[in-house]
Order: sequence, then structure tokens, then C-alpha cells
Amino acid sequence: MEAKQYIGEGWKHAILIIGAIVVMLPFYMMVSMSLKSQQEIQSISGGLIGAQETQTFPVCVKTGYSEETCTMKPYQYNYWFAFEKAPIPRYLMNGVIVTLSIFIIQVLVALPCAYALAKLRFYGREFVFSMVLFCLLIPVHGIALPLYVMLAQAGLVDTYSALILPWTISVFGIFLMRQFFMTVPDELIDAARMDGMGEYAIVWKVMLPTAIPALLAFAIFSVVAHWNDYFWPRMVITGNRDLFTPPLGIREFRGGIDSDEFGPMMASIVTVTVPLIVAFIIAQKRFIEGITLTGMK
Amino acid sequence: MGTISLKNISKSFGSTQVLNNLNVDINDGEFLTLVGPSGCGKSTLLRIIAGLEQQTSGDVLIDNKNVNRVRASERDLAMVFQSYALYPHLTVRRNLETPLRLRDYNAFERLPLIGNFSPSKKEKTESINQLVNKTSETLKISELLDRKPGQLSGGQRQRVALGRAMVREPVAFLMDEPLSNLDAALRVHMRSELSELHNSLKTTFVYVTHDQAEALTMSSRMAVMIDGNLLQLDTPQEVYDNPSSLSVAQFVGSPKINIFKGTADSGGTVGFLNVNLKRKSSESNTDLHIGIRPEHLEITNESNENTFSGTVAYRENLGSDIFFHVNIEDGSNKIIVRGLPQFTHQISNGSSVNIKRVSDKALLFNQAGMRVQFTNA
Repeated sequence: MEAKQYIGEGWKHAILIIGAIVVMLPFYMMVSMSLKSQQEIQSISGGLIGAQETQTFPVCVKTGYSEETCTMKPYQYNYWFAFEKAPIPRYLMNGVIVTLSIFIIQVLVALPCAYALAKLRFYGREFVFSMVLFCLLIPVHGIALPLYVMLAQAGLVDTYSALILPWTISVFGIFLMRQFFMTVPDELIDAARMDGMGEYAIVWKVMLPTAIPALLAFAIFSVVAHWNDYFWPRMVITGNRDLFTPPLGIREFRGGIDSDEFGPMMASIVTVTVPLIVAFIIAQKRFIEGITLTGMK
Repeated sequence: MGTISLKNISKSFGSTQVLNNLNVDINDGEFLTLVGPSGCGKSTLLRIIAGLEQQTSGDVLIDNKNVNRVRASERDLAMVFQSYALYPHLTVRRNLETPLRLRDYNAFERLPLIGNFSPSKKEKTESINQLVNKTSETLKISELLDRKPGQLSGGQRQRVALGRAMVREPVAFLMDEPLSNLDAALRVHMRSELSELHNSLKTTFVYVTHDQAEALTMSSRMAVMIDGNLLQLDTPQEVYDNPSSLSVAQFVGSPKINIFKGTADSGGTVGFLNVNLKRKSSESNTDLHIGIRPEHLEITNESNENTFSGTVAYRENLGSDIFFHVNIEDGSNKIIVRGLPQFTHQISNGSSVNIKRVSDKALLFNQAGMRVQFTNA
């Protein structure tokens, strides 16, 4: 009996392990290539970290550094050169500014909206909600051109505003939070009203704290989507490299005199990915903790 | 002071009429219970008093001031909810503080961090702390102050919810079925605690329940509501002894009152089964409902013109009393008779018994369900 159970569990785990490997493999390649020298990458040798022999890197010399500066171990070189070649901290900062601004404004808009749609009775509520659902169906790329034209008319191309403004109203956020607020008991809101809170105070002091798990789920969607977004920044940031977001920055490593030097490129990708992974791990912990509504019943 | 007057209150949701022209005057310091079966509109009425719901027509007066246009938070009432509705993310202490903070601090003092620079805030915080400590001692929840609602038992949450209502010292307490989420033993215990609390606070309580036992045990007056109408408003004893209509008689009292079909002849003599009542009805020549409570029927060995017989279908032993569910011989009725255990312990299911009524306890209702008086009583 027990042995059978183990076999059953074993199958499940085997399938899950295969799935995990498929998902992890690109990350393994990325980390491995960011540590190895160009020869090792091209000959697919050296395992995870390569031989790490101290050597002089020709691309570095061609760029104009002295031979002495260009002599080091591959992992040092990859990360050092990535930061030398492109202002990665600046790109990361842009990424943080843009994604955080988007997320904060999305929350400022979505929470009161969702609260009104879930808990207030007003004429036309169902219609407004159906419009929210309708807007969920519109693909971003379909309205990209009109949006671009409008931003251009307003003279906002090549500014932070162009990166942030079009995303500030998230119908997905409104929908998600509305669905969550539907599960919050009306009595909690009535109690807050009796205690003397206004409707806005209810949104920020009662609904927001109870909605932390839902908000974190939304934060992951929003931050990941806009941190990784390549399409939109590519459209509205036409010349100013100071406004590049991380995905645009990675593109810097393609082509040019050093045509496709993978080491520094992968090093830059690792730097761009790590903040997201760290953020996700932190958020996941809060996810599990969550503030439940069990205190209600 | 805490008088509340409701004048001609009506409420409809769309085309559904929920409350029908209600008039209630609640005295200062009274424990008034709104009782009725679920869906009778009693919670809606409470929410109208609280200001959480707007009446379709009519006036609400608190301390003789019309509060139709006054917001819930400014009516100085406190409400205890069925689900307690504690803020799940705040500790018990903060839950208790919240209404006071909102009342005492001004907008600037409520701001995080910079609000602390206000010179008057320290004093206010001090008085809030004192009130919270006083209330938590009264309710014996001092040791729970640092916990979150999720870590409390049902009874403890109940106390905290009461505390949150009490700290503000409102003119009246509104309670919406506050005991119905507790287990049976705790519910009975909390009844007496609530009564004691009412006696010591001497504040007006308006208490909504569907449980007629709660209404009978706690209230100074009870208002029986059915289908959006106020049927009777009186002391519990009066409502029990002297119900104004058949619906009230059937709703109040457990086990339910027994209803017999009977008639009044031209002389007003009331008869049902083989029994004639001594007293005469004020309505004659009509069909009547005769209501007799289970404790006003007795199981007897006699057999005469004042008794009728039936078979015991089910015997409900409560220890102090035994209730017999009896099928009457003509098959028309199933009635409930109370018996004292020392006299009736040998009677089992299926045995046939004679039943005698206690005189002067029958209640008459006409076909419309309204009370009919006896002429000489």
C-alpha cells in the first residue's frame, strides 16, 4: 500500500521536476553565459562557470582601454564591461521610477473605482462595470498608434510621462480589486461609517489593508509587465538614452563593433532580472502570510 | 438623553415595500427589541435609525431633533453587527480606539507622523487611552488588547465589538442580531451580560433579533414586526399574555401556541372539538381560531365535557418539562401539551391521553387573524 503511494507521488514529482527544468534552463544558460568567456560560450564548453582563466579581451582593447585594464577573469570582465558600456544603474533607476509610478497611480485610481463598483449603489453602475469588462478586451497594440499620436501632439514623446501616463488606468486592476472587494462583508463598511469614516477613508484605511493579498497579486502583474515591457518604451523613447528602461538598455549590446559579445550582454540581463526575482520572492512571502478576513466571522 | 422617534417610516426597494408606515417611540434608557421572522424588515428599520439606509418617507427623530439629513457618523449612535465587523488588520486596542480617534482628532492630527506635532494631540491621546482602558476593564478584555480579531474566539470578538460601540458613550446602542453567531450556551450567557450592561449603562438599546426568546428575556418593551408591519409594541409579558393578532401569538412563545378551529354561535358561545368555553365571544355567528398555549393544557385522567383525547405522537423531554406532541382524535390538529415530569414520566409515544385546558387562558382570533375579546372578561 505504502509503496504504491510512493510510486504515485514519484510520478507527480517526476513530471513537476521535468517542468521545472524546462522553465529553469534559460535562466541557467543566462547565468552560465554571464560568467564564461566568449570562446567558451561559442564552443559550448566549460560547464556552469567555465575555466575562469585570466585573459586579455580584444573587444575591450578595441574600445580604447589599455591592455592592462582589459586583462582579468571572464566573470569580472563580463560584469565590469557591461556596466562600462551602458549606464545600467541609470536604466535600472528608470525602470524603478517608471514601474513604481505606474503601479502607485494605478492603485490610486483602481481602488476607489473598484470600491465604488463593488460597494456603492448608484445609477449606471452596471453599465460602468460592463465598460470596464469591455476595456479588458482591447489589446494594447491596437491603440498604440493613436496613443502615440496623442502623446506626440501633447509634446510628451521622450519624457517619463510618455512611459507612465498611458498605463495609469488599469482596467485589469479595477476588475481584480472589484472582485476582491465583493467578498468584503458590507457590515465592515457600515461599521466604519458608524465610526465616522468618510468614503475615501474607508477605501484607504479599511479596504486597502484587507486587500493586501489581492493588491500584491496585482502588483506582480503590473510591475513585471511594465519592467519587462519593450514595445512601448521603444515607441515613445526615440532618442534620449537617459530615459531608456532596462529592456531598451539590453538592446545596446546588440550589433556594433563588438558584434554580439554574449558575456557582457548576459551579465546585463542578469542585473536587469535579479531585482524582479528578489521582489517576487519578498512578495511571495507576504502572499502566504496574507491578511485574511477570518477575523470577520 | 437617548429618545428615538420614528414617524410614519416607509421604505421600499424598487417596487418591493419593505416597511409600511411604522411609528415607534423609544424612551430614554429603554431596552427595545425589534423582533420578527427573517425578512420582516427589522434590520432595515435599524439601519434607517443608524442612518446607513435612507427611508423612502417618514421622519427619524433623535432627542427630538430630526436627523433625516444627518449622516450616520454624526447621529452619535453606536452599532454592534451580527458578524462583529471588527477591522481585521488592526489590534483590539486599535479597533477600540478607531471611533474615538475619528471623533476627537481633527484632520491634521490624523495625518501620519506630522500629525504628532499638533500640541493638543497628546492630551487627546491620553483621554482616548483612558477610555479604552476603562471599557476593556468593564468588558474584561484587557488582556486581549494586543491581539488581532483573527486570534480571538467568537465570544471574545463579541465583547470587542461591544467595546467598540461603548467607548464612544453614544446616546443609543443599535444591535443587529449580535448573539446569533455564538453557540447556544454562550448565547444564553451573553443575554444576561447584555441585560446587566444595559442596567449599568442606562443607555437606550435598540436590539434586533429573530429569536423571540432573546426578546422575551432581555427587553423592557418588544416590537413585533411581520412583513414590514409593526403588529404590537408592548412589554414582553403583555405581548405573550395578550397578543394583538394570530401572527403575534404564533410568533411569540416556544413551543408554538396551539390553534384550534372553532365557532361562536348566535349567543357568542365559543365551541371547539367537544369543548365549550365558559366565557362568551364578543363576535357571534362566526368561525374563530382559538389559541391555547402548551402550558395551559394539562394531561389528565378525567374524561368529561371539558376534556378531549388524542394519541401521543412524540415526546420531547427537556428535563424540567416534557412536551407531548399529540394528534387529536378527529385528525384535524396536532397540538403540543406541556406536562410536568413527575406526573407524566410514564406516558410514552403512542399512548392515548385525555387533555384538559386551564380555564380563562384561551385567546380568540377571527378569520382575519385579529384578536377577539370575551364579553365578560
